[in-house]
This record gives sequence, C-alpha cells and structure tokens, in this order.
Amino acid sequence: MEQNPVVFEAKGLSKSFGSKAALKNINLTLYRGKIIGLLGPNGSGKTTLIKLTAGLIQPDAGEIRINGKPIGTESKLSVAYLPDKSYLNDWMKVRELVEMFSEFYSNFSAERAHKLIADLGINEEMRLKALSKGNQEKIQLILVMSRKADLYLLDEPIGGVDPAAREYIINTIIGNYDENAVVVISTHLISDIENILDEAIFLKNGEISIFDNCDRIREQSGKSLDGVFREVFRCSAN
Amino acid sequence: MGWEFTSDKPIHVQLVNEISNRIIKGEYAPGMKLPSVRDFAAQASVNPNTMQRALSALESGGLIFSERTTGRFVTNNLKLIRKAKEALAKANVENFFSSMAELGYSNDDAISMANELKR
Repeated sequence: MEQNPVVFEAKGLSKSFGSKAALKNINLTLYRGKIIGLLGPNGSGKTTLIKLTAGLIQPDAGEIRINGKPIGTESKLSVAYLPDKSYLNDWMKVRELVEMFSEFYSNFSAERAHKLIADLGINEEMRLKALSKGNQEKIQLILVMSRKADLYLLDEPIGGVDPAAREYIINTIIGNYDENAVVVISTHLISDIENILDEAIFLKNGEISIFDNCDRIREQSGKSLDGVFREVFRCSAN
Repeated sequence: MGWEFTSDKPIHVQLVNEISNRIIKGEYAPGMKLPSVRDFAAQASVNPNTMQRALSALESGGLIFSERTTGRFVTNNLKLIRKAKEALAKANVENFFSSMAELGYSNDDAISMANELKR
C-alpha cells in the first residue's frame, strides 16, 4: 500500500478549542487511489481534521501537506471539500450554483454536473431551498464530485438522508471520484459505507486508535468494521 | 440496489461467488460484455479496487476474459461454465449433508428424507 505517491501528510498535528484538545499529535500519511473512512463517534475530532485539511482553521502545532505543499491557495484547488453543514446560498438556483463553481474552480466540470443533475431529474431553474433535504444534499455532493481533485474531503455525506439517498450518494462517489485521488469520507454510519472503503482511520478522543486496510481489519478481528467500531468505542460513551 | 454481503467473508471473495453464480445461472450470458470496473463497483456498492481484485480472480479462473481495448467479457467456453455449475451443485449437496449431520442424521437418513420431500 506504500507504492503510490503521497497525497496527504500530517505531522505532529494538534488542535485545541479552549481547554478541550480536539486533535492530539496526529501523524498520518495517505496515498493515491484509496477511499478512506474517517470513523469515530461525535466529538472524536473528525470534523476538526477535515477543517484543518481544507484550510478553514489553523493548527496549534504540527502541519499538513497536500502533494508536499503546505495548506494554501494551491492546496485548496487540489482539495474538494463537502462540509457537514450546507454553506451554499439556498436562494440560488441550481443553474447559478453550477455557474458559480465553474467560475471558482478551474478543475470543475460543468458538463459532468449538468449530466448528474439531469440524471436526477432536477430542474436547474429551481432554487436550492425549494428542493427536498435529500436533493439538496445530492446537489452539494454533485458539485464537489464534479471537480477533478487530488483529495476529496466528504464530511458526513450520508448523515441526514434516507437509505435510498444514501445509496445514490455512495454510488455517485464511486462513479465520479478521480482514480488517482484520495477520498476521505467521515461518518459514524459505518455499516452503510464499509464495503466501499480501502482503509479505515478510527479516531478516538482526538487520537488515531486504528489505521489499517479494511480487509485486514476484518480478517484479524473476524468482525465487520461496524463490529470493530462498536467494540472500540463501547466504553467511551459520553 | 447494492448487492447483499455478509460480514463473515472478505468482500472480494463474496464478489467472486456472486458474479460466478450470475454466470452459472445465465444472468450474465456467455460472451456478454461486463460493465467497467467502476460501473460494476457502483452497481454492487463496493470499492472499485475490491471489484478489480474479484474480476482478476475470475479472470485467472477463466470464467471471464479481458480484451485489452474493449473491456471484460463472460467466457464463451460453455464447458468451463458447466464445470463451475457442477462444482457449485456439489458444494450445495455437501453443505446439505453436513448440516443434516449436525442434526444427527446419517447420509442415508438424509437421502431418504430428501426423497420423501421431493416434488
């Protein structure tokens, strides 16, 4: 698993909010061509790690490099980020959102976005807020997956939607990510997603408790990833 | 719909079994072109690398073959498909005997019960 080029590297990464340490001395290297689950209960540091990588917040110590370069304008072009909460103006029409992404990101394929939206049967003249919650989530995902990025950061992409929408979202991720990229999917809904992961990172109280190939985790434990997750986090109910 | 998987076996092994079964049952007909790895992975809701691994295993077993530029196909070798079918049928019968043995039935008792129940 070490033969591919490194896309993401974190060294000695720490971040606190007030007296609460959200991430403690994280060292992590991710290689091209993998779909990676960032797994942990609420408050384990998943979103903090993603926001640091997207350059939205700054670490207290340590650093992140994307393709060997520190977080900055260049890294932001190679990172496609889907936040856990909507950041789009919901009064905008779907067509306008596609236009905005086209202007904003040189690696955005409007053609792909239009096709995926048409496949869903969504009228692009609709305003985002007029769509169902599930369709809003799908539009956001389509906008992110229509970029040709080196690192896709998907924060809880299947969080608030029904099982049919989950399946659509998972298949859209598989069908559209760049094969040479890294896809990081954060979630606590592991059973829905474990079959599409190459590797899994278990975050526990701001530290990496497991980082391994999923087949190996399953073989060694004799359990599903979901089963391992329940075991690792059983005593940490907060 | 994604395919159903159990947690007791690696996904790539289950993919090999599922695709073999579909070939044996004729759902994937001899000579039929298979979807691309990525589309196939999306259909099954599995990781493309896992699907790739399963397809490579099926290829080395001969049930599918690939042509460099055009993609992957189900074998045209009907004899090979028949062999796979017989192997699967034998495995089913062996499973039957071993689960009957767990209940305390001898093979002969199991066979006579099967005869009573046959339609």
